[in-house]
Order: sequence, then C-alpha cells, then structure tokens
Amino acid sequence: MNAVIAGISYRALLGRRRIWLLVLLPVVLIALAVLLRIVSGGSELITVEFMQKFALGAILPLLGLIAGTGVIAPEIDDGTIVHLLAKPISRPVIAQTKFLVAASMLALFAAVPTFVAAYLLINLESGIAYGFALGALVGGLAYAALFMLLGILTRHAVTIGIAYALIWEGVVGNFVPGARRFSIQQWAQTIADQVSSSSFLSSELTLGFAVTALLVVTVGAVVWAGQRLRSFSLTGDE
Amino acid sequence: MNIELAQVSRWYGNVVAVNDVTMTIGPGVTGLLGPNGAGKSTLLHMMAGFLAPSGGTVTLDGVKIWRNHEIYRSIGLVPEREAAYGFLTGWQFVLSSARLHQLPHPEDAARKAIATVEMEAAGERRIETYSKGMRQRIKVAAALVHDPQVLLLDEPFNGMDPRQRMHLMDLVSDMGAAGKTILFSSHILEEVERVAQHIEVLVAGRHAASGDFREIRRRMTDRPHVFRVRSSDDRRLASALIADGSSSSVALTETGLEVQAVDFRRFTWLLPRVARDTNVRVWQISPADEDLESVFSYLINRSS
Repeated sequence: MNAVIAGISYRALLGRRRIWLLVLLPVVLIALAVLLRIVSGGSELITVEFMQKFALGAILPLLGLIAGTGVIAPEIDDGTIVHLLAKPISRPVIAQTKFLVAASMLALFAAVPTFVAAYLLINLESGIAYGFALGALVGGLAYAALFMLLGILTRHAVTIGIAYALIWEGVVGNFVPGARRFSIQQWAQTIADQVSSSSFLSSELTLGFAVTALLVVTVGAVVWAGQRLRSFSLTGDE
Repeated sequence: MNIELAQVSRWYGNVVAVNDVTMTIGPGVTGLLGPNGAGKSTLLHMMAGFLAPSGGTVTLDGVKIWRNHEIYRSIGLVPEREAAYGFLTGWQFVLSSARLHQLPHPEDAARKAIATVEMEAAGERRIETYSKGMRQRIKVAAALVHDPQVLLLDEPFNGMDPRQRMHLMDLVSDMGAAGKTILFSSHILEEVERVAQHIEVLVAGRHAASGDFREIRRRMTDRPHVFRVRSSDDRRLASALIADGSSSSVALTETGLEVQAVDFRRFTWLLPRVARDTNVRVWQISPADEDLESVFSYLINRSS
C-alpha cells in the first residue's frame, strides 16, 4: 500500500465522470427498494428476490466493473501510468494499492447501499440486510480484483467484464447449474445465505467452496495483476 | 553511469522494430537521431525498462534494466506522450513524484525541480490548463526531482516554442556537462547537433552511424545529391555541367535537367557560374532527394 498512489487514484476515480455512475447506481437501488416497500409492504420473499436479482445480480457487478477497471484502465489508456511505474516502487505494491482503492469504493458504494436497501425493505428481519451487505462486500472485493486485472490485461476490459457479468453470471448461470460454481454472484449469495436465516434464501454451493473460490479469485487476481505490471510495456506509436 | 546495449533486437510478430543494435550511452549528452518510425522510441523504451528486448541485453552499469524497478533510483524518464494527471496542479504532480521516490525532503526537491524548468508561476494551476510546452516542462521537472544520474527524454522538444526549446536545450547541456548520462531522441538533425556531443543514428531499426555532430553532418552532406534544374536552355547547361567533375550524370528530361552531383559543395558553387558563363538563365533548382528519409537511407545503405 502506497499512500501517494492511493491519493492519486482516488482523485482520478472521483474526478472523472465515472463518479456519477458510482453514485447513480446505488441511488437507483435504494429508490427501487423504497418503491418496492411501498408497493409490497415488506414481504420477505420479494425482498430476498430483489436483493438477489438486482442488488447482487446487477448493481454489484456493474459497480465492480466501474471501480475495478476505473482504478487503472484509463491511466494505461492515456499513458499516465508511466508516472507511477517509473519509480522505485515494486509493481505488486502498485497493484495492491489500486486494488485497495477499488475495494474501498465498493464497500462505500455497493456494500453500504445494499444494507440500506435491504433495511428499507424489511428492516433487520432474518438478518437479510446483514447477509446481503456482507455478500456485497466480499463479492465486491472479488469483482474489484478481477476487473482490475482485466483492465491491465486488455483494452476491452469493460466489454469483456459486462459480457462475463451479464451473460455468464446472469443468463448462463440461470440455465446451466454447473456454471453457477464459477460465478462471483453465486459465491456472494452463498455468503449472504450463511448470515441470513431467511428460508427464502438458499444456495447450492457450500460455504467452504464459496469462501475458497472468493479467496482464490481475489488474491490470485491481485497477484497476477502485480506480475503483469512488472512486465508492463510501452509499445509506442511506431 | 553507462547504458549498454548488446546486440539488442526487438520485434513485434514479423515486424522488426530494432535490429541488432550495440551501443554504449555514457556520461554527457547523446542524441538518438532517426526518421519517424526508425525504432527510436522502441530503443528508448528498452533503455527505460518499459519494453523487453526480444534478443540481446540492455543494462545500466551491468545491471539488467527489464523488470527491475530499482533502476528508477538512477533513471529519470520523460515519455513522449503528453498525458499527465490533468487534475493535479504542476506542484502536486512534481511533489507526488518526489514522494514516490521517497525522498527525505520531498517539498524542497519538488520546489527545486520546478525552479529548474522555470515553472514556478504556473505551479498552482492544474496541468490540464497547460500548453503542450508547459506539460513537457512539468514532466521534465517530475523526472528530475530525484536528481537522477541518467535522464531519458523521448522527443522532448516537440511542441515547445523557441524560447522553451532553448531553455530545455541549455538545461540538458548543463546536466550533460555535470557528468550525467543523458539521451534524447529526435528526428531533427539541427536539434540534435545543437545539444548532443555524441549522436547515434538509427534508421529502419538499425544502428546506421555513430559519432560527433561534425562526423554525422559530413556523412550526411557528403553523398551524391540529385537536383532538378529548369533553365532557358537545358541542353547547353547540361553540356557545360557534365564537363566538370562535380557531376556524375546529367539527364535531359521533359521537365528539365536531372543532375547527379557527387561533390555537393563544388556543384552548388559551380552551377551559377556555369549558367552565367554560358548565358543560360536558371529558372528553378530543387533538390530531388533532400528529405531526411533519403539522407538516412543513404546512410543505412552505405553502412550495410
């Protein structure tokens, strides 16, 4: 962790238009929760469905994509990353710092609003709010690491990230049971299920599998990102 | 400190960008000269640790540069791309550089570096409001903040106005005189010969020539030149020109004469005299191959 790099990264992230997406998505989540509460009147089934499909299934991966790619991809695109890399700082430290910045953004803009949305729908009943907040937090860490790595590996990180989140996790995961084992969304849901006592929330994966998978993806992606930065190349315009 | 390149090549797929280059960049100012696309940036990126050589080795005083972040204690890099964090002020940008170098007194170092490039007045402004030349200078300040022994600049004079250019040239010269190892790339011979004591010429990825500017200048002008001449009586002028040894061939074409001059200085001295003596009026004379590309390609053909 390097404080100077973290400071620049926060300013870069917050200064761009992306910040409005980071703010807008949680606002939409909370607004819909309020609407749903008024319409449905605090149904546990509807709350669980909403949190699963919308909070964890749509808002979290989108925020993960914005924050994860946002901490590094624009700098690689415009070449400013060289300012950080041409310094006597180990590249893995740079990757770890960038990850922590993205992770903290997701804690603030994903996990906290997820808790608020669930709380507005059903208060603290059956531990649903705590469960989904924790799920959003750990899922957010995994998305941040994965999408940051993607931002280093390819210029098409956003496209690939959306394809993964919406097509693989969203569509394929719904029809092909095996695909659910390789889905951050499902792992996050498993964590939520573990905390919450709600009978409407059930997951097919074991807690051990979900925790291991989350750890492997998060740590693996940050380590890989650091190694990729060590070989970062400027190819120039020639 | 010395940057040593030993049989360095770099290719992208089937395209060879740098081909078997061996050179040592020592203390003083070295200019890396070559036309656009010659592989200057590729070579410079390999020296700066931002590109792996496909073959050969690039070392700084014997230490491998690629995948070694410790070298940045000794190297300052001014990349060609204009981008700097636009939302930071010049002061914040240079200060962040000092902090990233973990200097004991980052504020003092940043102040000194900004003064060196004469950017104090604009220090509190955001970089996005800077002109191209100002961005270049603030990048130089950020690269100088840790007082590196080696400074690498990629096309540093691009986009600078004449005064800024002079200032940076003086700065580079002073640093070279102080024993630092400085390398900058450029495609403009005049620029290079003003600052660099030593010039390395790169053409089409190959090391075409090496020497001080007099040597390079001589090798660039001392070559067959082709001129197109239009006059009131081409045939008479042609016969008078070919009578002198300074031209190896004179061709009569529909658009005028095409003269191959082997002795450039003698030919340029001779032509007006011959025209006057034979009473021929010269309407137009233009070099047919004076562009830098053909100068360079002559060099590379001769060296191979």
